[in-house]
Amino acid sequence: MAESKIMNVLLCGIGGQGVLTASEILAEAAILAGHDVKKTEVAGMAQRGGVVTSHLRFGPKVFSPAIPPGQADVLLAFELAEGLRWISHLKPEGIALVNTMRVIPPVVSTGLFSYPDDPLADIRAAGNRMAPIDAGGIARELGNSRLVNSIMLGAVADALPFEPGAIKACLVKRFSAKKPELGEVNARAFEAGRAAALAAAKAA
Amino acid sequence: MTIKTPPPAGTRLMMSGNEAVARAAWESGLALASAYPGTPSTEILEELTQYPDLSAQWAVNEKVALEVAIGAAVAGSRSMAAMKQVGVNVAADPLMSQSLAGVVGGLVLVVADDVGLSSSQNEQDTRFWGRFAHIPVIEPADAQEAYEMMKQAFELSEKFETIVILRMTTRVCHVKSLVTVGERRAKNSEGGFTYDPNRWVLVPSTAKRRLPIQAEREKALKAESEKSPLNFVEPGSDKRLGFVTSGPGYLHVKETFPDAPVMKLGLSHPAPFEAIRAFAGTVERLVVVEETEKILETELKAEGIGCTGKDILPSNGELAPEILAPAIAKLLGEPVPVRKVTHDAATLFPRPPTMCVGCPHLGVYYTLSRLRRQVTIAGDIGCYTLGALHPWKALDTTTCMGASMTMALGLDKGRLPKDADKSVVAVIGDSTFLHMGIQGLLNLVYNKGNATVLILDNHTVGMTGGQDHPGTGKDAYGMPAPKVDFMKLVEALGVKPERIHKVNPYMMPLLFKTLKDEMAIPEVSVIITDQPCVLIEDHERFAPFTVVEADCTGCGNCLKTGCPAILVRKREKLVKNGKEQELAFVDIDISGCTGCGLCTETCGPDAIKRMIPKAAKEVQAHG
Ligand SMILES: Cc1ncc(C[n+]2csc(CCOP(=O)(O)OP(=O)(O)O)c2C)c(N)n1
Ligand code: SF4
Ligand code: SF4
Repeated sequence: MAESKIMNVLLCGIGGQGVLTASEILAEAAILAGHDVKKTEVAGMAQRGGVVTSHLRFGPKVFSPAIPPGQADVLLAFELAEGLRWISHLKPEGIALVNTMRVIPPVVSTGLFSYPDDPLADIRAAGNRMAPIDAGGIARELGNSRLVNSIMLGAVADALPFEPGAIKACLVKRFSAKKPELGEVNARAFEAGRAAALAAAKAA
Repeated sequence: MTIKTPPPAGTRLMMSGNEAVARAAWESGLALASAYPGTPSTEILEELTQYPDLSAQWAVNEKVALEVAIGAAVAGSRSMAAMKQVGVNVAADPLMSQSLAGVVGGLVLVVADDVGLSSSQNEQDTRFWGRFAHIPVIEPADAQEAYEMMKQAFELSEKFETIVILRMTTRVCHVKSLVTVGERRAKNSEGGFTYDPNRWVLVPSTAKRRLPIQAEREKALKAESEKSPLNFVEPGSDKRLGFVTSGPGYLHVKETFPDAPVMKLGLSHPAPFEAIRAFAGTVERLVVVEETEKILETELKAEGIGCTGKDILPSNGELAPEILAPAIAKLLGEPVPVRKVTHDAATLFPRPPTMCVGCPHLGVYYTLSRLRRQVTIAGDIGCYTLGALHPWKALDTTTCMGASMTMALGLDKGRLPKDADKSVVAVIGDSTFLHMGIQGLLNLVYNKGNATVLILDNHTVGMTGGQDHPGTGKDAYGMPAPKVDFMKLVEALGVKPERIHKVNPYMMPLLFKTLKDEMAIPEVSVIITDQPCVLIEDHERFAPFTVVEADCTGCGNCLKTGCPAILVRKREKLVKNGKEQELAFVDIDISGCTGCGLCTETCGPDAIKRMIPKAAKEVQAHG
């Protein structure tokens, strides 16, 4: 496969976590930066707790919409085990930003399957650069569990080839359109996520 | 109504293929669109309801959708029908015949193929219909192409007076990319319906007369395809292989082999054989990359054009770079790229789709699972198909829409001695019943079948995200519309009034008793449930329930409702009378719980209690 100047960002999580919204915001920022963009979702039955992924590709000219296994530059995981599920999609030099929150599905809860004991260790074992983000904890501190999405966007901001401020602006614009206060709250969440990712990178 | 002012011409928008098709249809002067929902096509019609000056309609099924569009096109207007791949099977009757008579106003049949099988009962390739019905097939690769080709499809349709198929796939429908939009052309206004029984009345003599016209048209389309700008060659420096491809296959080829010459087919049927022959002459070897079946390759070989294709590539699923690269490397005798798998995802637990928290179908399947040994359950397609899964396992068959009613009759009349004592139950959703179930129920009654029919009326098409239908009282725009009365409808089909019941599916004791009673009566009974899908506006949430820890005995009964808000807190093993027993103590996720109360009916020790509204609010604010 030819080397390309295309940036591949894979977002993963569970239906209802805001993966698709996050992907749209990143796409918007990429368009504003002058890139050609393709975005594709593989949502099982998204509303019902299934696995959701969004493939975002941008660069001078994007052909195939889906990121082939082993080709992602960045993995943004909204749930811990989902981070592990998709870790193999990363390039060896790729980076993973993983929310350490666990969402237990009914098949685990009812005892048919088990949730891995320490997914973070398994993700580490895969050998990529990785930053664990306690987005749930940060959201709680900020007083709103719905902020996970914006925290994760902040976490990924410094791993992308454009100004972090550009993503923040798209984020704020979207939320301010609903309610001005929401823009502010989400901007704070974004910065908290960014700080967490930078701290995690230093610690590693 | 939510009609907006469409973004002006020249705007560059991030659009999905479905959105692009809708925009292009509006720009083409579309007068009418009719569709039945189905992934991945559903959003096309939903999008169209936002455009002014056209009529977008939900049809009860795909045959109806296509016939409505045919009527409009025969009247002289531009029209379209949209559906998923299996919808064309339902619409095949009008498609095959109207191909002889053709159209006056442009008619584009937009079909979305589920390549990769993420949400269908099969993966059929719509391109076959173009061959079968002698109509052209156009295949876009991404949203910009979907936009442009939809417009060209209307032109082609009017020029050749034929229905045109725009064949999309999941990767075209749902991928978003940048599209530059244009101006709207005025709707057709000249002409009108022309009296012409020799064309519009397809009796045998008419059809016979139209056959040579159809053949002539196909010949002319072949010539068109040879010179169409939709079919073009992109030269490349590495001439060891040349690719002929269409749809997203083109993108995968360009991604994987940027230096190879490519012949891209937009108007892929009829294929431009002479142009392909010429292209083949410029490369060492020709490779056909087509999703999914071996169609073009077979035709090329019949034309004497040597090529490789399905001998090295799969006939199902996407031909993504990770599939193409190794197959082609092998063909060229090059080392096959190996990728180090850093973690095997197959070792991880799955996240299968589940019914929603508090779904009105839960009570039905809990009840059916209690009667499991006494029934054979003919199922249908919708959210309720999930009833086949754990923990209910209360669905025995699913084939296609409407097949529950009909297969129930066959299961009844065709039973062998082993099943003599079993009752036959048929389960069908409201939209599916209106789509194709009415005829089946009529047939079941007429042929004196013995089955108990459950119509799960959740006031929406849940499976595809909550669309309206004739049973919801709203049209595609959300405006009031006549509403069918299911009780009266089934009575009119011949079900005896005393055999028709409406039951609240959250009241399981009543549901259980009604079901048991009706199963014992050897004629057709109908039980209609009447509670809304939790994802639609009509649904009302109540204060959530919680489990009193001290009272929970760990029996695990409530888990058998399958409500995803009920979680296991702790597991224990108990030895009682020498038998080992698994205990599961539970908790309820109060932020998800809709307060439906279903699980309380399964709890012996009465450990599930409603939270007082104030406390519930506090917890939610903190959760
Ligand atoms: C011929 C055909 N058209 C469309 C579909 C897609 N589809 C599957 S089930 C369904 C309708 C489900 O609605 P309903 O019967 O009301 O059940 P619910 O999902 O609401 O429980 C649709 C549109 C299909 N499988 N086959
Ligand atoms: S979408 Fe509606 S019908 Fe489907 S599972 Fe959810 S609540 Fe039930
Ligand atoms: S009351 Fe019970 S069954 Fe109903 S939503 Fe809550 S947990 Fe689920």
